[in-house]
This record gives sequence, C-alpha cells and structure tokens, in this order.
Amino acid sequence: MTLLSVENVCVSYRTKNGVLNAVDDISFGLDEGRSLGFVGESGCGKTTIGMALMGLLPENGSITQGRIIYGGRDLVQLSAEAMRTVRWNEIAMIFQAAMNALNPVHRVHEQIREAILAHHPDTLQADLQQRVEMLFDLVEIPRERMQDYPHQFSGGMKQRAIIAMALACDPKMVIADEPTTALDVIVQDQILQGIKTIQNRMNISVIFISHDIAVVADVCHDIAVMFAGQIVEFGSREEVFETPIHPYTRLLLSSYLTLDGERPEPIAFAAKTPNLITPPSGCRFYEQCPKATQACENDPPEYREISSTHRALCKVVD
Amino acid sequence: MADADKKPIVQLNGISKFYKSQTSFFKASTETVTALKDVTLEIPKGEIFGLVGQSGSGKTTMGRLVVKLEDPDEGRILLEGQEINRLKGRALKKFRMKVQMIFQDPYQSLNPHLSIADTIQEPLSIHGIATRQGRRMKVIKSLESVGLSPALDFMNRYPHQLSGGQRQRVAIARAMVLKPEFVVADEPTSMLDATIAIQLFRLILDIRNRFGVTFLFITHNLAAARFLCDRIAVIHHGEIVETGTAEKVIKDPQHDYTRKLISAQPSFTYGGANNSEIGAPEPR
Repeated sequence: MTLLSVENVCVSYRTKNGVLNAVDDISFGLDEGRSLGFVGESGCGKTTIGMALMGLLPENGSITQGRIIYGGRDLVQLSAEAMRTVRWNEIAMIFQAAMNALNPVHRVHEQIREAILAHHPDTLQADLQQRVEMLFDLVEIPRERMQDYPHQFSGGMKQRAIIAMALACDPKMVIADEPTTALDVIVQDQILQGIKTIQNRMNISVIFISHDIAVVADVCHDIAVMFAGQIVEFGSREEVFETPIHPYTRLLLSSYLTLDGERPEPIAFAAKTPNLITPPSGCRFYEQCPKATQACENDPPEYREISSTHRALCKVVD
Repeated sequence: MADADKKPIVQLNGISKFYKSQTSFFKASTETVTALKDVTLEIPKGEIFGLVGQSGSGKTTMGRLVVKLEDPDEGRILLEGQEINRLKGRALKKFRMKVQMIFQDPYQSLNPHLSIADTIQEPLSIHGIATRQGRRMKVIKSLESVGLSPALDFMNRYPHQLSGGQRQRVAIARAMVLKPEFVVADEPTSMLDATIAIQLFRLILDIRNRFGVTFLFITHNLAAARFLCDRIAVIHHGEIVETGTAEKVIKDPQHDYTRKLISAQPSFTYGGANNSEIGAPEPR
C-alpha cells in the first residue's frame, strides 16, 4: 500500500545571489513497511528533500511546485497547525548530527518525554513512564541508563536515544538523515541492524539519506541516486547495484572502497555540482559525463524506463 | 613494496600514555585512562602505514605522540634512529621540519583569518626559509603540486571560499612545503565525500611515489586503509592487536577484533560494467 507519494516537487532557496534550485522535479513513491535510500554527494539536495517532507525548510526555502500526498492529503497545502499534527505523530525525523543536539543539561529520558508531551500534552505521567521504558527497550538502551545525561552516553547510545525520540509518537514513517555518520564501523553496524529490526517489527517506512552507498545498500529496499537536485536513477537495491544505468551512478559505485574482492582500482573523479542558480539547460551531468553526446548539452534528459521499477535520467546509456 | 629489510623511519618502543580525568564536577578524585599500553611498532621508510582503530582506541593519541604534540609517559620514540623524547631548541626545530601533520577537520584546521598563500608560507617564515619572494614561489609550486591550479587563483582566497576537499589540499600543501620526511595524516578524509577522498588518496600516493615521503595514515575505515596502505596495524583499547601487509590483514586476519572490524564493514556487490569501459574524465 502506498504510504507517501511525491509528485514533481521542486524546492528553491532564496539567496543573495539569486534563487537556487536545490531540488528539481522529484517524484517517487514509498510503500508501507518499505525503506528508500537517497544517496548522493554533498549538495545534491538529499537533505533538502527530507526537510521539505517534514515541512521544516528554513526561512529562505520553499516548495515551489508539486505535491506531497500522505494520508490522502497534500502536505504542501497544509497549514502550519495541521502540519504540526503530522510531524512526529505520522512522520518523524532523525536529523543530521542530532546526537550532538541533545540538551546537555537535561537527562536523556526527560528529553524523550518532552518529545511525547510536545505532541500529546495530556499524556498521564504513568503512561509517559511506561512509553519511555518501552522505547528504551526497543532501541536496546538498558533501563538503568534512563537517568543519565547525554555526556554519559557513548556516541552509539546517543544515536539510539535519538532513534527512540523519533519513534516516541509511534510514527508510520521515519526520515533518517545520515544517522550513522561519525559513528565507528562496529557501532554503525549495530545501529543499522537495529533500524532494520525496528522497521520490520513495527512495519515502519524509512527514508534513509546518506552519502555512504554501502550503508544505504544494507538497509534499503529501493535506492534513489541524486545529483544536482535531481533523481538521476531510481530502482530496487538489486537493480541499482547490479545493473546501474546512469553514468553518474556507475562512477559513484566504482569509486567506493570496499573490502570485497581483489584490491580495486577506483576511478578518481570529481562530480562538480553545476550552478543551481542558473542551471544548465541540458543534462546537469553533461560537463563530467564520459558518455555525453552533443544532444546532451542542450536538451534536458527524460526518464528512461528500464523496467517497471527502474528508471534513469539519461538519453544515452542502455 | 613492503620489504622486510627496509629501514624503519619511525620506531615506537614500549610506548604508554595515560590520561587523568576528573570523575565528577565537585570531587577531587580522578580516574586514570590508559590511552596507549606498551605499544611497539616500526614504520618502514617510504611506506604508507595504516593505523586502523575505532573511537577511543588510542590511534589519535599515537599520532600526536609521533609528531611530538605530546610526550609519552613510558617508552621511547625514535626518528631515524634518534630518540625524540628530550629534543629541545634547534634540534627540536629540525625535527619539526622533518615531521608534519594533517588533521581531520578541514573546516577547523585552517586559520580563517589567513589567506591561502599566508597559510602555506607560514611554516616557511617560522623556519626562516627563503626571502619573501622565494617563499611566494614555493607557495605557488606547492599549490600546483596538490592540484590547486592555477595557483594564482587560490593564493588570495580564504578558507571559507574553498570546499572541504580543497581545504584539505591546502592542509597537505602546508604540510609538504617544508619537504618533510614523515607525515601523519589523522583521518584526513572522514569529513569528505567518498569521491573526493579517493582524489586525496591518489594525491598522497603521488607524493609518496615522487618524494619518498613516509605516511602514517590514521583511520577508522579499513577499506580506505586497504586502498592506500602498504602495511596496516590494528589498534584496540590502546594496544596493537595485529600488523601485516594490507592484503594479508584483510584476507587472513589473525585477531578476533580484526575479524569483527572486517565483518562490520558495510559492503555491496557491484555488478556494473567494468571500469575501463566507463572511462574517467580528468579529475579536478
């Protein structure tokens, strides 16, 4: 069942140099209980998408086009009041570096209580206590640590507390923006497995935003590869990793270092994001694309359907 | 590559380092944390040596001891056979020209008030090298050698005008301008995108190949160490648990902890067309 349907969404930021087209014509669907990964490098627009879905764009940002259909309503059209009821209760978010944003002078359990009370101010103390205990169990933080302050938690535990906070109001969907960056590889693995378990147990849909392809490959059913504000490739994990079509996807995958197989010779390339205030009229990857043809320079590419679930924004590659 | 007879440029013998931490705001009591415990290690000259460990393993402490930002509590550190523990005055200054460091956070390691040119020429003027004009030439050469070209474009810019990858190149240029023999790079790419990281790794390889500089590459990323390093040492709770060539440590790990690190590393199988078919545009 489709939980979320994003249709032709554009997001811009007003800057002193002009209007920056951060996200251009994004469309995708997310089903109940499925996870979707947005992968791309700095500046590709993936965090902007997360913020737009939550209605948390900064002062100078706005959704200039498109619809975000959730629960039969277009979130773009909702008032701030109405959006508040959706936020956290239906769609929650784990922000980038959130574990560093925990209030240092409040105990961890108090901060989770606060998240619940902010959206359900009439919750009884006893129920509150029970809920917080349940959440700690869910993210596998020992109950006796509930009284601790954030500085007494390790990085991994702080991140688990952040996950508990996101789950506090029992949302149907969680957006996780770089939830394991800055965590060690062993802790990262634990957190990722934890997210997968919780997702399955509670049938939550997850949007996972990361620059780390392998992390997304581990956790997500479907992948959206982003470059310069556009989804350049979309498909299932198997489709995108085993038969990547877009030249950017291929270069991105081949430049990733892993421990598998023979010692690799990754290609060094730097995908420079084009100027998004005056974006090129043709393909945004044209300048750096090894497969580009003359037609690519001036005509914007359209999505090619490789299968009913796999598409790529490229007119050249098969 | 890794030659058993290669002379070590840096040796650590029985190095221990302790830190005292106050256990509470109000009490005077302290607790001793052992950051490094009896570490003995040799880094062969001309190699890129990887030190792989997680947070709290002691890897950053080791880097700081080797460049003498701190001193060990026990043991000796030798640079080209000479003990560095009690270096002072002129001898210490000479040491500082031979051993340099590149830090993790490109957004914090460059002085925001200095132009790129000033940042790179600062070590030269501290050591009284060359005239003003001579230093300027060295800065230009240095920028070109780390791929920040044309140098004149970058000389007068400030750090905030550069990307993270470019800032790290400046940090490398600054480290290299004194022509050091040994450079410690502490997580130089952890804050950068994967594709930018690869470019910096290639730059480090290039510097090693052209100038024979030895690198100590400190990282939590085993895959990066495998790509870049000749030899790897795995550090856990202040102790070295395994050393060997990069290939051997990864293909045939001997220690339990190494195996744990390997299995925790996220990976995926990539079935895309092979690299030669894709071809690559010129790196920037």
